[in-house]
Amino acid sequence: MQKLQRRTLVKALAAAGIASSTFGLQACSSNDKSQANGKRVLIIGGGFGGSTVAKYIKRFDSSTEVTLIEPKTTYITCPGSNWYLAGLVDIDYLTHDYETLKTKHGVKVLHQMATGVDAAAKTVTLDNGEVLEYDRLVVSPGIDFIYDAIEGYSEEVAEIFPHAWKAGPQTELLAKQIQEMPQGGRFLMVAPPNPYRCSPGPYERVSMIAEYFKKHNPTATIMVLDPKTKFSKQALFGEGWRDVYGQMIEWYGAQDGATVTKIDVASKTVYSDFDEVSADVINVIPAQKAGKIAFTAGLTDDSGWCPVDQDTFESKIHKDVYVVGDASIAGAMPKSGHSASSQGKMCAAAVVSSLNNLPMPPTRNVNTCYSLVAGDYGISVVGVYENKDGRLSGIPGAGGVSKAGASHQERKMEADYARSWYQSITKDIWHS
Amino acid sequence: MLKRIPALAASTLLAGNLSLLPSLAAAEPVQAISMGEAFATTCFQCHGPEGQHTGGAIPPLAGYPRDLMLQQLKDFKSGKRPSTIMDRHVKGYSDAELEAIADYLATLKP
Repeated sequence: MQKLQRRTLVKALAAAGIASSTFGLQACSSNDKSQANGKRVLIIGGGFGGSTVAKYIKRFDSSTEVTLIEPKTTYITCPGSNWYLAGLVDIDYLTHDYETLKTKHGVKVLHQMATGVDAAAKTVTLDNGEVLEYDRLVVSPGIDFIYDAIEGYSEEVAEIFPHAWKAGPQTELLAKQIQEMPQGGRFLMVAPPNPYRCSPGPYERVSMIAEYFKKHNPTATIMVLDPKTKFSKQALFGEGWRDVYGQMIEWYGAQDGATVTKIDVASKTVYSDFDEVSADVINVIPAQKAGKIAFTAGLTDDSGWCPVDQDTFESKIHKDVYVVGDASIAGAMPKSGHSASSQGKMCAAAVVSSLNNLPMPPTRNVNTCYSLVAGDYGISVVGVYENKDGRLSGIPGAGGVSKAGASHQERKMEADYARSWYQSITKDIWHS
Repeated sequence: MLKRIPALAASTLLAGNLSLLPSLAAAEPVQAISMGEAFATTCFQCHGPEGQHTGGAIPPLAGYPRDLMLQQLKDFKSGKRPSTIMDRHVKGYSDAELEAIADYLATLKP
């Protein structure tokens, strides 16, 4: 409807012999690059970043032609997937489709894999051989794993010792192993080095597994071997673990010699600098890098991530290509679904402003990460970020974590807010 | 709003009166995105799309009178109004920025 009416207006103006540019109607400018309107946007990746960009470009300018390239027909979120391990939610709760983006916003969704980008020709190649042209490209590919950082680990071994760091079958595999673990057995997590997706995620995960064990396997133990010396919300997790689970969860960091260098599948043993540990269930969260297409497209630097403008998220390597979410280098912002969605909104504003020759608004990014220590015990971390001297930096005085020693009532409120956050962010992106 | 455009355009052009055209351009959906709007879109991630309630514990934002919203945001900032998380958010914005956000949120229909 909107499109028809818009065309009616354009025709009326054209019939009256009025040059459209006088009124800033770029859609009918004479130097269109395409049969469309010179406003063709391709988006690679339908997660928190890419789906937000798709919706918000349409929200800001419904006349832009938006095509989302995502191989999967449904998306299972990583946020909430730890809650699934505790049995608090089911897979349906975590699963979202692209129907609203298609039917309400007119986003074209192609369930194909993007296999190549030609930034000079401004084209994207799909796995079915199709070549698509773009005026602007947004790449939101998430993460890939550096499997060989630990000797003995591989994509195949991940089917035995799951990472479950991309939600879906891996999450269900880990849940099954936890449920089938012998009474009094040991669960071992090999935590990832920085930088990685979802800083508090590994620690929320062991909390949720403890929640499960407390009910179903009360003599089980949980050990975390971490190549870092500290972790996100550490004091709060420590407080929560002691309060709710007593001695069930043990954490060891790099300073304790806990950096795992080798894994043996047959004996279910991991080897660190100083020790070796065997366990019944082993969850290895490997080191990470930007998703594959970011490398194929030449968008990464030596760090394995994508350097971008800290306001618009346009690549510093290729013009008219933008990278948002986990794959981007976003200064002090953590790699989270909330960050990706915030970045997606600023990127959408940048793309629409650029395609319509409009001034770009100032940007401000936010991160809000809730973690459940238990079903009724929530904690949070917040950051508000601005581009300071070319780097997204936390605004001094803002942000931070929940209060230490807060009342149970306050922890319960944050647990309720965590669920409410999930409902809102997924509705904002996929269902409204 | 959009439904009015063709009729307005036709009558304006037929009358040969171009003086209304600037307001026509203002009704065109592609216009510069304000700072208030750009910042406020990130509120929706917790408070619901377009500030609409999503059924959870977090309150919606649409339909708040501008001055009441602004006062609450400032009270979160000063600590006068207690909060679990909002104090940590609002300290990331100047008073002028909070005004721009409140201005924008006041345009959202509940």
